[in-house]
Amino acid sequence: MLFGLDILSTLIWLPIIGGLVVLAAGEKRARILSLIVAVATFLFSFTLYTQFDMTTAAMQFTELHAWIPAFNINYQLGVDGISMPLIILTSFTTVLVILSAWEVIKKKPDQYMAAFLIMEGVMIGVFSSMDAILFYVFWEAMLIPMFLIIGVWGGPNRVYATIKFFLYTFLGSVLMLVALIYMGLKEDSFSILAFHTLPLTITEQIYIFLAFLLAFAVKVPMWPVHTWLPDAHVEAPTGGSVILAAIMLKIGGYGFLRFSLPITPDASSTLDWLIITLSLIAIVYIGFVALAQKDMKKLIAYSSIAHMGFVTLGFFLVFMIIENTGSANGAAMGVEGGIVQMISHGFISAAMFLCVGVLYDRMHSREMGDYGGVANTMPIFAAFMVFFAMANAGLPGTSGFVGEFMVILNSFKANFWIAFLAATTLILGAAYTLWMVKRVVYGEVANEKVEALEDLNAREFFILGVLASAVLFFGLYPAPLTEILHSSVNHLLQHISVSKL
Amino acid sequence: MNDFELPNFALALPEMFLLGMTCLVLIVDLFLNEKNRVFTYLLAQLTLLGAVVITYYQAGIVSEISFTGSFIRDEMGDILKIFIYIITAVVFLYSRDYLRDRQQFKGEFYALGLFGVLGMMIMVSAHSFLTIYLGLELLSLSLYTMVALNRDSEASAEAAMKYFVLGAIASGMLLYGMSMIYGATGSLDIAEIGSYINENGISEDGKINIVLSFGLVFIVVGLAFKLGAVPFHMWVPDIYEGAQTPVTLYLGAAPKLAAFAMIMRILVEGMQPLVADWQMMLTALAVLSLAVGNIIAIAQTNMKRMLAYSTISHVGFLLLGIIAGNEDGYSASMFYVLIYALTSIGAFGMIILLSRSGFEADKLEDFKGLNERSRWYAFMMLLIMFSMAGVPPTVGFFAKLWVIKAVLDVDMAWLAISAVLFSVIGAYYYIRIIKLMYFDKAVDKAPIKAAVDMQFVISTNGLLMLVLGLFPGALVAVCQSVIN
Repeated sequence: MLFGLDILSTLIWLPIIGGLVVLAAGEKRARILSLIVAVATFLFSFTLYTQFDMTTAAMQFTELHAWIPAFNINYQLGVDGISMPLIILTSFTTVLVILSAWEVIKKKPDQYMAAFLIMEGVMIGVFSSMDAILFYVFWEAMLIPMFLIIGVWGGPNRVYATIKFFLYTFLGSVLMLVALIYMGLKEDSFSILAFHTLPLTITEQIYIFLAFLLAFAVKVPMWPVHTWLPDAHVEAPTGGSVILAAIMLKIGGYGFLRFSLPITPDASSTLDWLIITLSLIAIVYIGFVALAQKDMKKLIAYSSIAHMGFVTLGFFLVFMIIENTGSANGAAMGVEGGIVQMISHGFISAAMFLCVGVLYDRMHSREMGDYGGVANTMPIFAAFMVFFAMANAGLPGTSGFVGEFMVILNSFKANFWIAFLAATTLILGAAYTLWMVKRVVYGEVANEKVEALEDLNAREFFILGVLASAVLFFGLYPAPLTEILHSSVNHLLQHISVSKL
Repeated sequence: MNDFELPNFALALPEMFLLGMTCLVLIVDLFLNEKNRVFTYLLAQLTLLGAVVITYYQAGIVSEISFTGSFIRDEMGDILKIFIYIITAVVFLYSRDYLRDRQQFKGEFYALGLFGVLGMMIMVSAHSFLTIYLGLELLSLSLYTMVALNRDSEASAEAAMKYFVLGAIASGMLLYGMSMIYGATGSLDIAEIGSYINENGISEDGKINIVLSFGLVFIVVGLAFKLGAVPFHMWVPDIYEGAQTPVTLYLGAAPKLAAFAMIMRILVEGMQPLVADWQMMLTALAVLSLAVGNIIAIAQTNMKRMLAYSTISHVGFLLLGIIAGNEDGYSASMFYVLIYALTSIGAFGMIILLSRSGFEADKLEDFKGLNERSRWYAFMMLLIMFSMAGVPPTVGFFAKLWVIKAVLDVDMAWLAISAVLFSVIGAYYYIRIIKLMYFDKAVDKAPIKAAVDMQFVISTNGLLMLVLGLFPGALVAVCQSVIN
């Protein structure tokens, strides 16, 4: 309890109010104030971990207040093993983003920092909402700060990128709103947990599933609605890219677990081939697309899409495995693998974008052609970049390996060919990441600009160092994470293995 | 009714007070010179304040009918009237300095504005077709004149002429429809028409009386004209653009509340049994309005014209609730229209705020770089635009949420889906304004100057979008309770 608020409410409103205070305080004190708010939120979010009860799948830290009694809409919060790690990831990443902007953002730093703090609160709200309309409010509200961040502090083509980002996500989500209201009318309540047990016919389920699919597929993003992501990433400032890759994409994956699978299990089981196909296309085809990129940020963006393909693949293999093995227990590893992949990708993609940001701040170019031999002038940075690139390619011992391995292992239980296609990522991922490293980091010093580069300063070293430790820690010892997931994932699988029809 | 009954004059106290005060404003204004004109303004504000107080103290749960069935005082009317007063007061306040800077600060603006309010009040409280028509004409005549007030401007004169001719045609349609209904039912009293249609309107094999259905068509056409629903929308952009910004501000906000009341009185209270027929017509109007309004708005470069098309699309949303044809839908529409009026005065208020003597600020590019010039007002406009687009956490989202919920409740999922898809198209031109304010460099660097009260009210107006969005419960409950 802080100021009489419960933990989740504090985590949501502390950064939002903090953001407003930063706005009011003006440019001079913006940096230090926002760092204080972000660190306080991060530390406070750890109470979620320390007080978390891993033995139950029930919602914890619940809060319930009437919000719009006329429609039965409540301010209802709660977290389980699936959402809790994502909240901590959010508060963790925000601290790094604030730090990374410290000297770099010169134009209206207070508005920049405030936008990230407000977005942090809103994203935590998305993960902890247990009421569908509250969820939707946070879900959409998230667009506003991101829209401004890309548009105000972005690159040359930022206006196109940010409007595309906004309209894509908005279009994706409005149909979800219709589906949510439809169920709310049937159930006479907007509680997400009540939706889980709401009986729906197969036709209703399929329509609702497709509405959700559009919303979450845009967010994840899945092929073929992924085209906004490379644009948004390329144009966004470093911090924007980090939040986009580390958290926002995960919200799509989270949506599948919280909405699609439990609310429409039969439609999910009927249409799992669709998601599996789209995921495999993302893994294989987008992997090839990534190979062809010249822009570093674009390459990482495409690599994100391919990695998120693993997440959705892991989630939707469940039904084939249940059919093949007859029990839901065997499928748990795939779902857990997907979630581990989400968290790990949060660290790795954030780190990769921060690495590109470090280079961009010095050279103002993201083209790989402008670099070469960076290792000669920035040896410490090169070490980090190589490490994160290895992690991105799924090197054992890094967190990138754990999730991919769990999903591939599990896909063998479903179908050999799915596993085969998924495993191509080990080659493709290594190919595009390492090729990028080769062209940027190694080789002769390409030009005098590279020659003049200065190595990491203390702030940058700290940011990358923290991320590297996280990647290594979860790569060597993922148990703390998977332990949190177990009961919630098992409960989810129990739930979806029972038909609603 | 053979015996003459003395009407209960007390019921119409707000109307009588307003009429008396308006005449006083007219007379007092005669004796004021340019310097003291501000007294006319203050007197007009005082009139509206007094009306708020009277209506508030008169409000009650029980509906009362008087003046031999032609006047009704009910909860819905009370709430709508109070909002009409408040919105008009804000309009007067926003307009004051604009008019003064242009040597247009005349008593007529306020006198006509108050007469228009009286017309709206009569429409809201009408309980017979004749009263509705009288109220509507009082409002319309005031509006025609107000559009023409800027008599040196050709654009205004043209707009006024168009408005008058098209408005007269619409009134004619409405009157013609009313006369047919009168012919079929033998009454002008809305309650009597309702009960007649209920008993005799629909024959046993399900066919409706042909005269009734003809009358209904004309009435719907008349209403659609007044609302500005497609395909009867052509006057809206021209009048919005041609009229002076304060007049646009006036005619875009409060009259929408009166139009909503008119629909409620005629279609819902008078012709509820014919719901299946008018539902169909309104559905066509709503879908067309959503499509045309949202798509054509994209092509506009003039802010006022863009907002005119945006109004057309909002009318489409407003109609959705009526189409639902049940109490929940009507409450949703009422909520929508209240929120729309508040948002709309905010948007036009911002145009007035940015304009100064000799500069109108009604082009889209006049909003360029507003964030550099004033972060606070850029933020207010951001809230207003997101509210218009229906993006949470602003209140516009809840307005849309409720009407969509209402149509889904009557199994019109396709209508709900087309509405949300058009709202995505609409989002584009609202966020374009935000793009201009935040992402572009300021061309015009002049400082934004405004009187303290204007600054305060427009800030409240903008913040209200957020506050009502976070706490919409109370207003939702009010709308729900007054319709039931």
